[in-house]
Amino acid sequence: MGFMDKLKNKFKQNEEETDDISKKYKQGMEKTRHSFSGKLNDLIARYRKVDEEFFEELEELLIGADVGVNTVMDLVDELKMEVKRQNIKDTKEIKDVISEKLVEIYYGDDDEEVEKLNIQEDGLSVILVVGVNGAGKTTSIGKLAHQLKQEGKSVMLAAGDTFRAGAIEQLDAWGKRAGVDVIKQGEGSDPAAVIFDGIKAANSRNADVLICDTAGRLQNKVNLMNELAKVKRVIEREVPDAPHDVLLVLDATTGQNAMSQAKTFSDATDVSGIILTKLDGTAKGGIVLAIRNELQIPVKFAGLGEKIEDLQEFDAHAFVYGLFADLLEDEAE
Amino acid sequence: MAFEGLADRLQSTMKKITGKGKVSEQDVKEMTREVRLALLEADVNFKVVKDLIKRIKERAVGQEVMESLTPGQQVIKVVKEELSELMGGEQSKIAVADRPPTVIMMTGLQGAGKTTTSGKLANHLRKKHNRKPLLVAADVYRPAAIDQLETVGQQLDMPVFSKGTDVSPVDIAKEAIEQAKEEHHDYVIIDTAGRLHVDEDLMGELEQIKAAVIPDEIFLVVDAMTGQDAVNVAESFNDQLELSGVVLTKLDGDTRGGAALSIKAVTGKPIKFAGMGEKLDQLEPFRPESMASRILGMGDVLSLIDKAETNVNEKQAKELEEKMRTMSFTFDDFLEQMGQVKQMGPLEDLMNMIPGANKMKGLKNAQIDEKQLVYVEAIIQSMTKNERQDPNLMNASRKKRIAKGSGTSVAQVNRLLKQFNEMKKMMKQMTNMPKGKKGKGMNLPFM
Repeated sequence: MGFMDKLKNKFKQNEEETDDISKKYKQGMEKTRHSFSGKLNDLIARYRKVDEEFFEELEELLIGADVGVNTVMDLVDELKMEVKRQNIKDTKEIKDVISEKLVEIYYGDDDEEVEKLNIQEDGLSVILVVGVNGAGKTTSIGKLAHQLKQEGKSVMLAAGDTFRAGAIEQLDAWGKRAGVDVIKQGEGSDPAAVIFDGIKAANSRNADVLICDTAGRLQNKVNLMNELAKVKRVIEREVPDAPHDVLLVLDATTGQNAMSQAKTFSDATDVSGIILTKLDGTAKGGIVLAIRNELQIPVKFAGLGEKIEDLQEFDAHAFVYGLFADLLEDEAE
Repeated sequence: MAFEGLADRLQSTMKKITGKGKVSEQDVKEMTREVRLALLEADVNFKVVKDLIKRIKERAVGQEVMESLTPGQQVIKVVKEELSELMGGEQSKIAVADRPPTVIMMTGLQGAGKTTTSGKLANHLRKKHNRKPLLVAADVYRPAAIDQLETVGQQLDMPVFSKGTDVSPVDIAKEAIEQAKEEHHDYVIIDTAGRLHVDEDLMGELEQIKAAVIPDEIFLVVDAMTGQDAVNVAESFNDQLELSGVVLTKLDGDTRGGAALSIKAVTGKPIKFAGMGEKLDQLEPFRPESMASRILGMGDVLSLIDKAETNVNEKQAKELEEKMRTMSFTFDDFLEQMGQVKQMGPLEDLMNMIPGANKMKGLKNAQIDEKQLVYVEAIIQSMTKNERQDPNLMNASRKKRIAKGSGTSVAQVNRLLKQFNEMKKMMKQMTNMPKGKKGKGMNLPFM
């Protein structure tokens, strides 16, 4: 069975349950998919022969999706070898190989499954949300709170962004929309203290999940990263095994700096997953392939719009399907 | 660092070539390949890179490089010139309407930094141009966006025009202009909601605002960390609104900022300002020349000079130079100098602007601990007047008293004394250098 058949089967199996999600992704990713797959098809149609020029343009196509220079270079080198080994001359034959390799980059040697939140059966689960300025932390928290509440959890929020003007009010507004309580202090107060209060309150009210907002910070500000590590230590001290998830919020329009963000935030807080926001634009967020591959940090959620329900559990299959739908459909013909 | 900067990358490439007597065509090919990779890694759009590389290759293979005695340096020069060329010429000024108020409209994607930048811009106009701006909260969509701008307004002690979230942004903008006229504001800065460039409804709303208030400036606010998509965003906003300029934010991060090149290349619109931090005074005029220099690791000398000029006045500087030369520099002078340097902003920023500083071992990535400065200050303030004038007075019991008074240890006091003496010696050497070699009127201690 060829790779494409396998992927297609995978989809058929889950068709009913993933139908909704797939639709969302297909909508959100429509532009991504068209520009990427469309270009790949163009490329293949234009070049009959697999030569240097072909590879150079393939490189650019992938780099244009923010996949990342190193990842692309490695991929192209592998492809070149494969082409030699299998003696591929026609560009049509290489299509399969390209897609297969790209999917491999995300999954690596791991099982191909959806990576969910680490919510505890009993007791309080603490989720720490971190990221650079303007990535969409507060908005994502609002959406996430809504989603968890829909699932029947009792959720509380801690307004740990005490720095940015209006951040507390913003979280408060999301708390009201989602119908969950927000623990807060004034602007300029110590974030660790706010989160400490949040834990106390969540424990006394028997909440299932506490989501902690933090101020956006650029990862090269060492003092601010130390502050974040301190916040995490406070959580560790107060709740055994917490934080159960540390989510890095990543703007899909971000380029190669996303890798540096993932690395540095991981060093400080041991990031367990990514929320990839603003995927409803034309940005492709291709860098998550490399982040998953190099740092083993999976994407857990994708932000696909501005409404409160527009946060989806990240399904790598759907993501990949979004990228390769055109190719899959072509294969079927 | 997780990544090498574009500068490091180019420099290590150049090193391979520097030292060689002559450059072969093969060398040039290899080098342009590296430059290409470096630019792509810096998030410069691949189409922009392609054009740039073509031009660099042509010039590099030509006589100006291959026959020069220092081919490596020549190549750096060519790359730098091409980058500068692409970044545009002189720094652009902000518009002034014939009839006030001058209207500035801030646009961009969500999270780019429009609200913060609006505040910074208002502050800049007041501080540097003596203007009286009115901030307008026209983001009725994002929760608490109006609160954010109002808080920024309070921090700056500046009025903010808002009508809540039930009025259309178009009406808000119109009414704001009326109020600005009545209250004699000479600038109006309209903070619009973040929106995707592919959102037709919301992009249409911007066109309506534009039609209603006819802004003198329409700025696109772009996150410096933006990847390849920067060209799509900039192109769409420019096509629909005809931008007058760009503000690049979060440039104080460790991003290589290739988006700047891409945006300039596709829109042809100047990048007017750069956001360099979270504080409301951290907005700087964008200098294409020094940005190119910074990318190439040559330091941002121009910005540093500018900062020094704003904060140190000529007369003080002359007196200081005299003291340095005659070694009559005292702890009092030292304190004064520290104060001036602090006014220039965080030391880290200053260090980043010094050419070569990021190359010095130990200094690279060194976080300058501003707390240490507090100790230094405390130690000096615990000295008597005489001790400050003449450190030679120091003996064991005086040191003990100073340590006690400043809440430090004798070892810390000793360290400071030693550093101070070394600094004095160094200053003497520096000031005795031939006149021409010194920076113009720049006499900064600790450097």
